[in-house]
Amino acid sequence: MNAGRREFLKSAVAATASAALLPVPAFAQGAAPRVVVVGGGFAGASCARALRTADPRIAVTLVETNATFTACPFSNVVIGGLRELSAQQFTYGRVAAGGIAVARTSATAVDAPARSVTLADGSRLPYDRLVLAPGIDIRWGALPGYDEAAAGHMPHAWRAGEQTLLLRRQLEAMPDGGLVVIAAPANPFRCPPGPYERASLIAHYLKTKKPRSKLIVLDAKDAFSKQRLFLNAWSELYPGLLEWVPLSKGGQVTSVEAATRTLVTDFGRHQAAVANVIPPQKAGRIAEVAGVADRSGWCPIDPVTFESKLQAGIHVIGDAAIAGAMPKSAFAANAQAKTCAAAVARLLAGGTPSVPKLINTCYSLVAPDYGISVAGVYHPSGGQLAEVPGSGGVSPAGAPRASRALEAALAEGWFRTITAEVFG
Amino acid sequence: MRRAFTAAIGCASIAAAAVAGAEPPAGAAACSGCHAASPQVTTPVPRLAGRDRAEIVRAMQEFRSGARAGTVMDRIARGFTDAEIQAIAAWYAAQR
Repeated sequence: MNAGRREFLKSAVAATASAALLPVPAFAQGAAPRVVVVGGGFAGASCARALRTADPRIAVTLVETNATFTACPFSNVVIGGLRELSAQQFTYGRVAAGGIAVARTSATAVDAPARSVTLADGSRLPYDRLVLAPGIDIRWGALPGYDEAAAGHMPHAWRAGEQTLLLRRQLEAMPDGGLVVIAAPANPFRCPPGPYERASLIAHYLKTKKPRSKLIVLDAKDAFSKQRLFLNAWSELYPGLLEWVPLSKGGQVTSVEAATRTLVTDFGRHQAAVANVIPPQKAGRIAEVAGVADRSGWCPIDPVTFESKLQAGIHVIGDAAIAGAMPKSAFAANAQAKTCAAAVARLLAGGTPSVPKLINTCYSLVAPDYGISVAGVYHPSGGQLAEVPGSGGVSPAGAPRASRALEAALAEGWFRTITAEVFG
Repeated sequence: MRRAFTAAIGCASIAAAAVAGAEPPAGAAACSGCHAASPQVTTPVPRLAGRDRAEIVRAMQEFRSGARAGTVMDRIARGFTDAEIQAIAAWYAAQR
């Protein structure tokens, strides 16, 4: 028995013990309904907790490979040298203390007809409902030349952790006057404004530490989230330093050569001192294994329950899901998790889930004291999650610097609030 | 819970939501992404739990009409109907 499995059994026993006051023990056969949640990020950990809140009789197991979660929101500030990675890291102690069995292992297979998840050690975890929150995987090889080895030279830093630190160290080691290149992918991908916030905070680092340097964003798109706000702020804050090259101007990177940090487009070659390749993505691997991902690589879901349209009894939330107009953001993942938990609790109790309304709010920092936001309200419409007409939008274009500073402060407040709700 | 029920009486759809138990009404669960449930969190955003129902309703209506300046709340409030705002306010007023 490996350490992960042993720890899991320990926490499962603890979960049962903490449920001792309830009429049925959590893991008794045919008694309490069992929900397995795979993935302990903003979506999965939120859902596990919300399930226990919705109905404390539900026995919840959270399957997560890592002992420590490293959050992506604000990781661009780490790359920009103004925040430590430790501020991004959270553990599952409080989640487990809430009566959730935290299984520190990975899910390797799902038997949907038999309703069980296979864990890395071959054991099977039965469920009445399964929630998959696997986040993203990189589509290695989708961009010719960009494989796992290439990511050691040209970091993606699109899953926070060692990659975040690698990109930061490369920027710190670069001499003044170097060329930094960011390759931004086509839609859809995790955190739509993320590449542009990253460009902003790298530009801020270069402006303050290495002002003779240059940053080019090569983009596979002609339009992006909060575009006007970003472009206006860039010309105000980083003139001559940051250049955005859209698809129509030859911005699409068609291949990379990792050894020389070269990015190739149809119009030329860019040899970078530091290259950040944000590659094409897909739902985390277990989604494909479970048969809930379609040919797009993402997971179609019912907009009321988040149940997969491909496999009954399996729900998909967060970045892996095709959530219509909702972006792949931590805020959206957390909102979807709570909606899904309420629906799952209702379904397990034999009821009908109520029609939800969801919110997303995403802040981006253009500089440490300059925040902008996009917000939206969503409801099921035509089988998808659609934006409620008349709602939502981005920060006003002509807002004074004081309101940008306020949004930067609100962004930090948001991060503290959501991480407290999910892990605190 | 009792308070939520009392506050909601008079409006059938809200009363129905309150009868359904502790499940938050449509839209309410997402608020805690920014409005901290825990008083321990340091943030400029006010807590909603235990706040006066009428005060929440008034704030949402003013954000929606533009009478009150907001950063994101004006954009969010425009996505909610009067009935939804009433239900969310009643639910948060009953939380602790």
